Amino acid sequence: MKHFLNPLDFSVEELDEVLDLADEIRANPKRFAKVCEGKKLATLFYEPSTRTRLSFEAAMMNLGGNVLGFSSADSSSAAKGESVSDTIRMVSCYADICAMRHPKEGAPLVASMKSSIPVINAGDGGHQHPTQTLTDLYTIRCLKGKFSGMTIGLCGDLKFGRTVHSLIEALIRYEDIKFVLISPEELRVPSYIRDEVLKQNNQQFEEVESLEEALPKLDILYMTRVQRERFFNEDDYLRMKDSYILDKEKMKLAKSDMIVLHPLPRVNEISVEVDDDERACYFKQVEFSVYARMALIMILLGVDKPC
Amino acid sequence: MLNVGSLKEGIVLDHIEAGKGMSIYSALNLDKLECSVAIIKNARSNKMKKKDIIKIEAGIDTINLSLLGFIDHNITVNIIKGGEIVEKKEILLPEQVTDIIKCKNPRCITSIEQELQHVFKLTNPEKKIYRCIYCDEQYKY
Repeated sequence: MKHFLNPLDFSVEELDEVLDLADEIRANPKRFAKVCEGKKLATLFYEPSTRTRLSFEAAMMNLGGNVLGFSSADSSSAAKGESVSDTIRMVSCYADICAMRHPKEGAPLVASMKSSIPVINAGDGGHQHPTQTLTDLYTIRCLKGKFSGMTIGLCGDLKFGRTVHSLIEALIRYEDIKFVLISPEELRVPSYIRDEVLKQNNQQFEEVESLEEALPKLDILYMTRVQRERFFNEDDYLRMKDSYILDKEKMKLAKSDMIVLHPLPRVNEISVEVDDDERACYFKQVEFSVYARMALIMILLGVDKPC
Repeated sequence: MLNVGSLKEGIVLDHIEAGKGMSIYSALNLDKLECSVAIIKNARSNKMKKKDIIKIEAGIDTINLSLLGFIDHNITVNIIKGGEIVEKKEILLPEQVTDIIKCKNPRCITSIEQELQHVFKLTNPEKKIYRCIYCDEQYKY
């Protein structure tokens, strides 16, 4: 049984298969409206999420399946002290597939070890968020048509930003990618990403602090939010939260065909005035996320494409 | 050179860094063994100038080879039978260590679920880097 806990759980070919299926679904969603009839997705969300949970639920409903689950640890047995292992054993009896978000890193891996249904990691602490990566890859492929040859700026909280870690790991498998890592010194990528992912793979990358200097060379700008919930110290959060704000003025420095992505939610790191710029593609990402998750659910469930 | 003649059946942990013999003795819980155990400190060595040696009058399965490899993979394990060295085992860095070291990342699932095994995988043999399989946190020695 296949799980999806880390973007690298799928080979490039397997990821291509998911993205190709997402293309087919996007071209004709009605064709896929009943492929998961009678199947149930459990959404086990131990921490609040709007976008990811709704995207999963919409994806399953679009495929004709049903959804059950909880949206915070308080409303689950975790509040009574139930372990992840016990919860997943129970859920395996109710559902055919599950998506788990958990504030503790590695919780979905623990679940997969005891599960008899496919487990999708819907975000585990500051660690991984592979379905956001799937969405990001799908968005880049749809809007740029390729991955190779791109210069990608990742900006903001690169230390705790799990979407950034997952995206880097997924993109280094393509040729001729350049990363520009834009962050304050305190929020740079963790050492394991720098040393064992980027350096070990001879990946071209540079670490800079100025967004303005990086902007002209980027094909893709991936903005992230400084996440309050990742800091143990409120003072540190307040000091870092306004490090980078993308506004109309800064967008003038960017290429005319650069695209701006963001895993959302944003706070103030992208000024609302940028939303009308045709290069702002973060709401298209939301739309693409549903197609990518539909394709992933179908593949993990082993559901055949309709004739 | 020291001989192992006095040990008829058992194992000799050789090439222990001088001064580390006692810490290996403790880490391997050799104090729990009923058999004879001898620690030789600062023995002369051509290769290392000085080394520690531990002789144990028991079979190979009495020691945790993964743990030994994790502590110091340069240690050699000699298996003695009939007073002779019949096998020299080279200790490698274990690919995975279970419940030998603990993950200290407060964000790791192991920080709240006490019954979980603490499992680390070797991700960089050259630099001897082990990472928690759950959260990828590097173990700091």
